[in-house]
Amino acid sequence: MASAFWCIVEDDRAGRPKKVTGEVLGEAARLARQLGGQAEAVWLTDKATDEGLKQLAEWGAARVWLLENPALAPYRGEVWTPALAELATQHGVQAIFGAVTARQRELLARLAARIGVGLSADSVAFSLQDGKLVATRPVYAGKLLSKVTWSKPPWLATLRPNVFRLEDPKTGATPQVERPAVAIPQGTMTLAERKEEASTGLPELAEADIVVSGGRGMKGPENFAILEELAKVVGAAVGASRAAVDAGWRPHRFQIGQTGRTISPKLYLGFGISGAIQHLAGMRTSKIIVAVNKDPEAPIFKVADFGIVGDLFEVAPLLTQEFKRLLEK
Amino acid sequence: MKILVPVKQVPDTATQVKIGADPKGIDTAGITWIVSPYDEYALEEALRIKEKQGQGEVVAVTVGPERAKEALRSCLAMGADRALHLSDPAWENADSLTVARALAAVIKQEAPPLVLFGRQAIDDDMGAMSAQVAEVLGWPCASWIMEETISEDGKSVRAGRQVEGALEIFTIPLPCVLSAQKGLNEPRYPTLKGIMGAKKKEIKDVKAADLGLAADGAQLLVVALEALPPRPPGRIIPGEPAEAVKELVRSLREDAKAI
Repeated sequence: MASAFWCIVEDDRAGRPKKVTGEVLGEAARLARQLGGQAEAVWLTDKATDEGLKQLAEWGAARVWLLENPALAPYRGEVWTPALAELATQHGVQAIFGAVTARQRELLARLAARIGVGLSADSVAFSLQDGKLVATRPVYAGKLLSKVTWSKPPWLATLRPNVFRLEDPKTGATPQVERPAVAIPQGTMTLAERKEEASTGLPELAEADIVVSGGRGMKGPENFAILEELAKVVGAAVGASRAAVDAGWRPHRFQIGQTGRTISPKLYLGFGISGAIQHLAGMRTSKIIVAVNKDPEAPIFKVADFGIVGDLFEVAPLLTQEFKRLLEK
Repeated sequence: MKILVPVKQVPDTATQVKIGADPKGIDTAGITWIVSPYDEYALEEALRIKEKQGQGEVVAVTVGPERAKEALRSCLAMGADRALHLSDPAWENADSLTVARALAAVIKQEAPPLVLFGRQAIDDDMGAMSAQVAEVLGWPCASWIMEETISEDGKSVRAGRQVEGALEIFTIPLPCVLSAQKGLNEPRYPTLKGIMGAKKKEIKDVKAADLGLAADGAQLLVVALEALPPRPPGRIIPGEPAEAVKELVRSLREDAKAI
């Protein structure tokens, strides 16, 4: 249908859509309404659940296109792309949105190449101008913003997690589920092994509402335990600066900044991080920034909403206690 | 085995980038240019494969203006055997899809069994190139790889891609496209001998017509670059640590409503 905004579902591989899909659906619904259209979910999975479908409807999906097939797990670009492209071509959609996740950032890029349209990756804002979509995306790791538009639909974009609002839940909404006939290729690459990372029990860095991060001032890998304590109390992810990663104190996947992850949590707390331009680029879109550093001249204080000039080894444990006291109330 | 490594020349990470006179681009005056850091992981991995196999060829390729030759020269100094410089007015305002088509065309001509990208260029941060080239070629791809091993018969690669909370290791038939994540290896520094030797290695100019390509119009159009909105001025909380922490938590709760 005209003006359908499709949102690719990101799930937990066990039939439950992740919150970021709610964010994508929320933004798609707001844009689609302005064009007299609607947001719809497209779910490629080896097994959907009724609760999952219901969740998508509550998040605002007016319809769910469900492709359920064993060949769709794990995600493989060579399998998902042709299936999704065929479905999109059949139905002439206005836009296809995904989330910035491992599989969708690759999927949307492949899909754009297959359909022959533009892709705005890692978008953080949208507007409609004269009926055309304009996206805002950070470039140079967030040192500048780039406004982009498309020469023709469908408008393909990935949306950064934690930036877009969920719609008010449509409690009790029942999903309209379509199971279209689409050819699913078998693919050539095969999964040999899946190595789970040792679970930290903490949320994923890019999706966390709160991020606690440590830099050179942590002085060694063992001291990150102090930040993990704090993170556990407030349900935060633990990140690190490039200095801490290059010193071998934390694995690369926890690096925040220009050669690591770019994050936008509601609350960012940096400890012993000076705030090199490469690091600031990766976290300056956080809503609230707190910095703790011994050096009052540290550049991170220039972007911080709240700063404490002091010894992190004193401040961090006090902060953990204080948060604990607050949250136990 | 022949391995092709596409690279991009980008401003050094320490650059304070500024918007140019034409607001669609940056002011390039005084910029130090480097090979995008993720591309160095890709090149390093290609060199290691060649060294392990004791034979083969590593070809660096870039799409860019004349100055991009310096990036290719750096790759040759690190150990690449030769380089291809795709430079043509047809690619001047190219979007990622146009560049992907150009790279795919040169890959078809060169016919390497493996193409190794960096996970993204750190200027436009689109991170789409490896997947788009794979799609244009109709090849499988794995993104953000942390490890790889070419099979003994040279017909497949075992590659581990980083996903949320796990490493997924795939067996992928060649030819295929991989993109390197930080942590795949530690790139070498060019030796003096490498730098001297690089001057004698070939950088071949390739035009759009050499690849049978015509200008195909960008699909994604840059409207303008903008500076970031300034952050509101912050507040240093004074006092002894215990008091400062109490005040910080109160502010986060009551003023910022962040917790």
